[in-house]
Amino acid sequence: MHSNPLKKYWKNPTRRWALLFLGPVVAAFAIGFVWPFIQGIWLSLCKFRLISDAKFIGFGNFAAALEDPSFRHAFWYTALFAVVSLVLINVLAFAVAYVLTQGIKGSNLFRTVFFMPNLIGGIVLGYIWSMIFDGILSRYGTSILMETRYGFWGLIILMLWQQIGYMMIIYIAGLQAVPEDMLEAARIDGANRRQILFRVTIPNVMPSITICTFLSLTNGFKLFDQNMALTAGQPFLIQSDGSAIKTTEMLALNIYNTFYSSSNTSPGVAQAKAVLFFVLVAGLGLLQLSYTRKREVQQ
Amino acid sequence: MKKNTLSADRTRKTILTVVLTVICIIYVLPVLTVVLNSFKLNTFVKSETFALPNGKSWNGLQNFVKGMTFGNYPFWKSVLYSVVITVASTFLILLFTSMAAWYIARVNSVFCKIIYFLCVFSMVVPFQMVMYTLSKTADGLHLNTPWTIPVVYLGFGAGLAIFMFVGFVKSIPLEIEESAAIDGCGPVRTFFRIVLPMLKPTLISVGILEIMWVWNDYLLPYLVLDINEYRTIPIHIQYLKGSYGTVDLGATMALILLSIIPVIVFYLSCQKHIIKGVAAGAVKG
Repeated sequence: MHSNPLKKYWKNPTRRWALLFLGPVVAAFAIGFVWPFIQGIWLSLCKFRLISDAKFIGFGNFAAALEDPSFRHAFWYTALFAVVSLVLINVLAFAVAYVLTQGIKGSNLFRTVFFMPNLIGGIVLGYIWSMIFDGILSRYGTSILMETRYGFWGLIILMLWQQIGYMMIIYIAGLQAVPEDMLEAARIDGANRRQILFRVTIPNVMPSITICTFLSLTNGFKLFDQNMALTAGQPFLIQSDGSAIKTTEMLALNIYNTFYSSSNTSPGVAQAKAVLFFVLVAGLGLLQLSYTRKREVQQ
Repeated sequence: MKKNTLSADRTRKTILTVVLTVICIIYVLPVLTVVLNSFKLNTFVKSETFALPNGKSWNGLQNFVKGMTFGNYPFWKSVLYSVVITVASTFLILLFTSMAAWYIARVNSVFCKIIYFLCVFSMVVPFQMVMYTLSKTADGLHLNTPWTIPVVYLGFGAGLAIFMFVGFVKSIPLEIEESAAIDGCGPVRTFFRIVLPMLKPTLISVGILEIMWVWNDYLLPYLVLDINEYRTIPIHIQYLKGSYGTVDLGATMALILLSIIPVIVFYLSCQKHIIKGVAAGAVKG
C-alpha cells in the first residue's frame, strides 16, 4: 500500500499539540477513574482503617465478603430483581413500541408521555412512589416498609414506570429500520400478522433486543438510588447472632452500607465486595452480549 | 372482502388507541399525585393521598414557603449548586472529550489506543467499585466543592463521551481537514473552526446525556462534596426524607414538584434532541 505523504505531513503538527488535546482528559481520567480503580483493587487485598496504613493480607477480605450472609442475600435478591425486571421491561417496552409503529394517531404524544419518567432522578422517583404505595397500603394498615414482597414489587413497578419509555425508544428505532419490502413479501406470501411478527420482525430487531436486554440487566444489577429512596433495605430480619439482614437491600446498597454504615467491618471487606460486584456486572454484560449477538440476523 | 379487512383494521386501531390512552393516563398519575399533595397539609398526604385537596386538607402555598428553608438548608442554594455543577461539568466534558476524541481518532498512536481502550473499559465499571477511593482522592485534591467537582465528573464521565465522539469523528472524511491543512490551517484552528462545528449533532447528544446524568446524580456528589455546606437538589431531598424524626410530607412534595418542573420544561422544549441523544447513548457495548 502506498501511504499518502500528505497524511504523514499533516499528522506531525497535530502530535505537537498532544498536551493541549489529550492533557485535560488524561489528567481528569487518571484522577476520576484510573487511580481510584487501581487503588480499589489494591485495597481489596488489604486490611486497613485509613488508606495510609493499609497492610496486604491477600484474599482474606474476599473470603469474609463471601461469607457475609447479608451480601449473599443481597446477591440473590438482586439477581431475582434483575431477571424479573429484565423480562417485564422488555416485553412491555417491545409491545408498546410495536403498537406505536402501527400508524396510530397520536403516537408522538404517547411516546412523549411514556418517555417522560426517564428524566426524573432516582432519589426523587423513590420518594414519589413511596408516597403512592403508602397511600394505598395505609388503607390496609400496612406500609411498603413492612413486607419484603411489597418492597420487591414496589421497586419493580417503579422501574417499569421509569424504564419502559427508554427501551421503547430503542425498540421503535429498531422496528422502523425493518425493511418494508420484507414485510410486504411476507404479506404477499400469505403470512398472518402473528407469523410476520415472530418470523420477520423480531429476527430483524435482534440488535435492539441485544442492547435492551444488556441495558436492563446491568441497570437492574447496578440499581442504587431508587432502592435507597424507596425502602432503604427495610424490613430488617434480625438474625440469631443479633445482626440484621436488610431484606430489600440490593448489592450496590449493601456495598455502600458496608463502607459507610457498619462500624465493625473493615472497609477492605467492602472494597472486596465492590470488586466482586464489578466482576459480576462486567462479566454478565459481556456474556449476555456474546450470547445475543449470535442470534442476530446477518444483513 | 377488502372492505371487511379495512374496517377490521380500523376497529383494531381504535381499540389500541383506547388502551394506550388508558396507559397514558396511568403514566401521568404519579406526577399528578405529587402536584395534588404539594398543596395538602402534612397529615392528609398519607391518609388521603389520591383525593383532591379540600377545605380541610388545603394548605395553599404554605408547603412551598416552608420548603424554601426546610431541613435547615435554603432550597435556593441547592438549586444554585445543582445548576453550577451541571453546567460546568457538561461544558468541561463536551470541550475536552471532543478535543481528545479528535486527537485519538486522527493520530491513533499506541498511547491513543490505550486511552481509548481504558475509556471503553470504564463504561462497564460500576460506580461502587471506585466510590471509596475516588471520594478520598477527590478530597485530597480539594475537588470537594461545586466549583471543582466538575473535574471529577470529567474524569468519571469521559468514557462514554470519548466513545461517542471517536465513533463520529471516524465517520468524517479526512479530506476536509487535509484541504484545511494545505491551506495552512494549523491543528488547533482546524479543530475549532472545522471539526467542532461538524460535531454538533454528537455534541447535543452527549450534552443531553451528561446533563441528565449530572443533574440527577446523587451518590457521587454526596460522597465527594462537603455535605454540611454544599447540597445538590437530590442530596437535599434525600436529607429531608432520610433524616429521622417527623417529615413534613406536604413540604417534601412541594420541593419534589419544584425540582421536576424544570426537568419537564427542559424535556418538552427539546424533546426531539433528548430522545435522539438517549437513543445514541444506548448504543454502547
